[in-house]
Parts: sequence; C-alpha cells; structure tokens
Amino acid sequence: MKDDGLNLIHVLILFSSLSLLSIGGGNTVIPEMHRKAVESYSWMNGKQFADLFAISQAAPGPSILLVTLIGYKAAGITGAVLATLAMILPAGILVYLVSRLWSRSADSPLRSAIERGFAPLTVGLVLASGWVMSKSADHDWRAWLLTGACTLLCTTTKTNPILIVGGAALIGWLGWL
Amino acid sequence: MSDAAKSRPSLTELAFTFNHISLASFGGGLSAWSREVVVVEKKWMSEEEFLSILTMCRILPGANQVNVAIFVGAKFLGLPGAGAAVFGLTFLPAVLILLLGAAYFQYSHLPALQDALKGAAAGAIALTLSMAFKTGRKCLLGAVPWILFAVTFFLNGILRWPLFGVLALTAPLALLWAWPKAK
Repeated sequence: MKDDGLNLIHVLILFSSLSLLSIGGGNTVIPEMHRKAVESYSWMNGKQFADLFAISQAAPGPSILLVTLIGYKAAGITGAVLATLAMILPAGILVYLVSRLWSRSADSPLRSAIERGFAPLTVGLVLASGWVMSKSADHDWRAWLLTGACTLLCTTTKTNPILIVGGAALIGWLGWL
Repeated sequence: MSDAAKSRPSLTELAFTFNHISLASFGGGLSAWSREVVVVEKKWMSEEEFLSILTMCRILPGANQVNVAIFVGAKFLGLPGAGAAVFGLTFLPAVLILLLGAAYFQYSHLPALQDALKGAAAGAIALTLSMAFKTGRKCLLGAVPWILFAVTFFLNGILRWPLFGVLALTAPLALLWAWPKAK
C-alpha cells in the first residue's frame, strides 16, 4: 500500500513532465520512459517494456496509451488512470491554447502560408512514417506483399479500410505471415 | 470562421466520431483514419487544413492524434469540444488496452493475438502509405511542392533525421513559397 502511494507520486511526476517534453509526438519520450520504468523504478523488466510497447502500437487508439499500461503495472488501476491523465493534460492544455490562436487567425497570411506550405511537408512525413514502420517491424517479404496489396487496394478502390485491416489481421491470425 | 465546416457537430457526435476513429485503428494508422473520417467522410476540414494541422500537431508536445482531436474538437465547440474529442479518442481504447495488458501479465504472452496484430499492422501501414498517395495527388501540384515533399521524405524517412532537423530546413522554405502575395 505504502509502495503504491509512492509509485503514484512517481507516476504523476514522470508522466506530467514527459507530457510537456514530448515535442514531436509521444514516441520521442519512449527512451526516457524506458529508462525510468525499467531502470530507475524497476516497475518491469526490459522484455515486458518491449512487449507493452508492441501492444500499444498495435492495439486500437493512440499509441501513447503505453503510459496507461506502465501506470497500471506501477500502481494498479489508479496508476493507469493517473498516468493517462498526467500524460494528456499538460500538453493538451497547451495545444488547446494554440488551437484557439489558430482559429482566431483565419485571415492572417501566416495561417494561409502554413496551410498551403505545410501540406507537401506533411505528405513527405506521412510517407516517411509508413516507410519507417514497414522497415522497423519484422517485415519480411510476405508482410511486404500484404502491405503492397493492401496499399494498392486502398489507393485505387473505395474499399472500406476496416475490411482491409481486418482482412490483413485474419491473414496474420491464420499464420500466413 | 472556417471554410470546410459544413455543420457544427454536437459534443456527443464529436466523442462518438473520435471513438470510432480510434477503435478502427487497430494495427496503427491512426492519422490515416482521422483523415478518412474528418476530411473525407464528415468534411469537417479541408484537405489542406487537416494536413497543416497534422504537422503542427507533430511539432507541439503531446501525442499527435490527441492533439489532432483537440484541434478538431476546439474548432467547433471550444474547450468542451476538445474534451469530448479526446475522451472519445482515448476512453474505450484505454479500457481495451488495460484488458490486453492484464491478460499479458497473466499469461506473459498473447500468441494468437500477436499473429493477428502482425497482420493488422501490415494492413495499417498500407493505410498510411495510401494516405500519402491520396493526399499527394491533391497537394503536390507543381515543381516546388514536389521538391518540398521529396526533401522531407528523404531526410526524415531515408536519412532518419529527427523531425526538428527536417522541419528547420524545409518549413521556412515552404512558408516562403506559400506566403500570400500582396494583393
């Protein structure tokens, strides 16, 4: 019980500070999460951390829910809730304020420059993240073939994406990957 | 206030929509799902507004998709809208991931599920790649956007430069190119 209380405080401090440090997205602070959760606080071992990371990547929802799992391992359900809120709120409030500025600046030249100029950059970043993901996971030729077929299907037809991902999951489940 | 806003959604609709986006994204590919729903299905934002917000949301601290939900929710209904969108995005997936996590710590692995998730990940990567193709067809008109796109992809995807290094180089050029000419 006493440990749980201490762990809750560690959870709160760790994730509320990582929230504001996660510039560039949640994935940028994962090495620091690993350092604290595995090395400093010994909430879990490295293998468990890697497995939880894989679960959070593949499970539906934002992959930042990794912190929910870490909080759960550190201090039960209360830890899970606290970790999630601590990770979302500080950055969320900041982003909300920026979004207010954004909507008030509808007529400013900066906003129209961002809208027009950032679009090609975003396309490049999205392609890069698809590329990097497919290289990082243990993507062998069968997984590549499946990704290629799904990409073709999704780009050239109006097939509902849920059918595409569901079909791919089924193929994996049948052990064909 | 905004160009593409058809009609203003209610708090419940925001929460349900982001819940739907979130639950659909097993295997990953959440950005592609957000675009599919926010731009294509609901027409809450234009393609360009969505894409520019996506990159701003990557620059800002916080999880990218949580930030997108905040931008979309706040655009229509201010702070309550942002709250509803983030709640929709995270609540059920958090419950689900806790169940998965609890099962994992109970049995120490999730064999059948791991195979299925591996397949789903291959499919979700496809959604991300196809989002790049679909948006590229619309946005990459002309030589300058193509160069901006190609340099960004090359630095971030091939050379693996960190986001900030890439944007420090490409964002000023992009803004310079896109700055509205004096009327």
